[in-house]
Amino acid sequence: MMILNASGCLDALTAPTIARSLDAFVTKTVTPLPREGNAPPRIAEVEHGMLNSIGLANPGIDRFLSHTLPRLGELGVQVWVSVGGFATADYADLCDRLDDRPEVAVIELNVSCPNVDDVPASVGEIVGAARAATRKPLYTKLSPATADIAEVALAAQKAGTDGLSMVNTILGLALDGRTLRPCLSRGAGGLSGPALKPIALAAVYACYAATGLPIVGMGGITSGRDALEFVAAGAPSVALGTILFSDPTAPGRIRVELANEIGQLGVGELDNVIGLAHAKPPGPSEISSRTAAVSG
Amino acid sequence: MQRAQVEVTGSEQVGPYTLLHVARGGLDPGLPGQFFMLEAPGRPLPRPMSLCLAPPGELAFLIDAIGSGTRALCALQPGDELAILGPLGNGYRLDVERPLLVGGGIGVAPLPYLSESLGRPPAVLGFRSEGHAEAARLVPNAEVVIEPTYVTAAIPAGHDVLACGPEPMLAAVALLEPGAQLAWEAPMACGHGACYGCAVELDGELKRLCVEGPVLPAEAIAA
Repeated sequence: MMILNASGCLDALTAPTIARSLDAFVTKTVTPLPREGNAPPRIAEVEHGMLNSIGLANPGIDRFLSHTLPRLGELGVQVWVSVGGFATADYADLCDRLDDRPEVAVIELNVSCPNVDDVPASVGEIVGAARAATRKPLYTKLSPATADIAEVALAAQKAGTDGLSMVNTILGLALDGRTLRPCLSRGAGGLSGPALKPIALAAVYACYAATGLPIVGMGGITSGRDALEFVAAGAPSVALGTILFSDPTAPGRIRVELANEIGQLGVGELDNVIGLAHAKPPGPSEISSRTAAVSG
Repeated sequence: MQRAQVEVTGSEQVGPYTLLHVARGGLDPGLPGQFFMLEAPGRPLPRPMSLCLAPPGELAFLIDAIGSGTRALCALQPGDELAILGPLGNGYRLDVERPLLVGGGIGVAPLPYLSESLGRPPAVLGFRSEGHAEAARLVPNAEVVIEPTYVTAAIPAGHDVLACGPEPMLAAVALLEPGAQLAWEAPMACGHGACYGCAVELDGELKRLCVEGPVLPAEAIAA
């Protein structure tokens, strides 16, 4: 069981203590060239979540490799590098350049940012090209905005992904209370936070059943109970996103809450919970014996 | 930066604004111009507030109830609890010879603490109405102007200006006093460099106000 941050939800260099409270730190998505991102305003609060239209602001791979990555390597926490591109070849190039860097534990392929206009090629193609370019473990980050996410996950699996990160944000719109114009300069933005949780759980549930791949589950986790539900749906690891904005101490808190939740469940260790949501519902006798075990 | 669960110790009206007092809870008050993220009860995101006053054992924030988060903060009562994170960002440089504090509207919020830190220097404060100008009582040695008079009409020459207020005011102050230190604001989800929501154009690039600012030299920002 690992607790990570969702890409773009923590800057390990400005908040190293928070990064070290995670089992692995996931970078903000790195692209081939530097990007300033979209014009502000690019965040807005909504009921039960927030929208962002940051637009992959990042220093580009050259500067990331020369300046950022060496410093991340000194933090003492495992580093996952999220990469994003605008064509299949971009992903292959980025993976190739990360391949011999010892600081990098895992490469996460961001094939699902909702805040850029150029839609890359199919997920299978991207994963295949990345697979050919690196020996590093690859996790593919999927969007829930698709008719059949399990099909996308299977394509990624066939192309050689080692795991899945899911889900990315989903497009939402907020209008200003007075002007009735979009709050974000780009118009719509990626919805995250508790509003995303049921959507993310459904995606994890479907992809665990379809692929059996290791999954990092994310989408609106704010408590140990939420994390437990992702584990039960099939994600042996979880990532925290929007909660880190409001409560950067959340990793430690959620770790404790999760341990308590598992203790109360009376099923032994966490491994026994992975995928539990897929098991046949317990019969009446099992429920009563479990209740007795808990109360006893 | 530290996060603490603290108790509300008082809430008083200052004109249309609310001065919220909370127990310090072991947090460092930081430098004037630095800010804290205050949990807004019932809202997904906290709200950035510069520190207004640092009485012994307390922190105080001046809040204008303009939206759902600030309304929730202004409704807090003594005994209620909230989480706060800070101090964050870069405050004012205090190594100035002839300080003059300049504030506009709710932008006076960081000036009481700044005034105490600098030995109560003169201040020029601008408000949109007499009611709003009640907040001037928090800042010692203040000259007050009310719209349609603007603070720029009342800034004497030969001072080191430290200002906070709405963007048009800061832009006008920057033109008048290119050496001024200006405290800006921007929508912010986290306050600690993670969300990239508070990007502002700085030296020709979009940078995070929470990391580079919120206090910046006047020449750094194109308003």
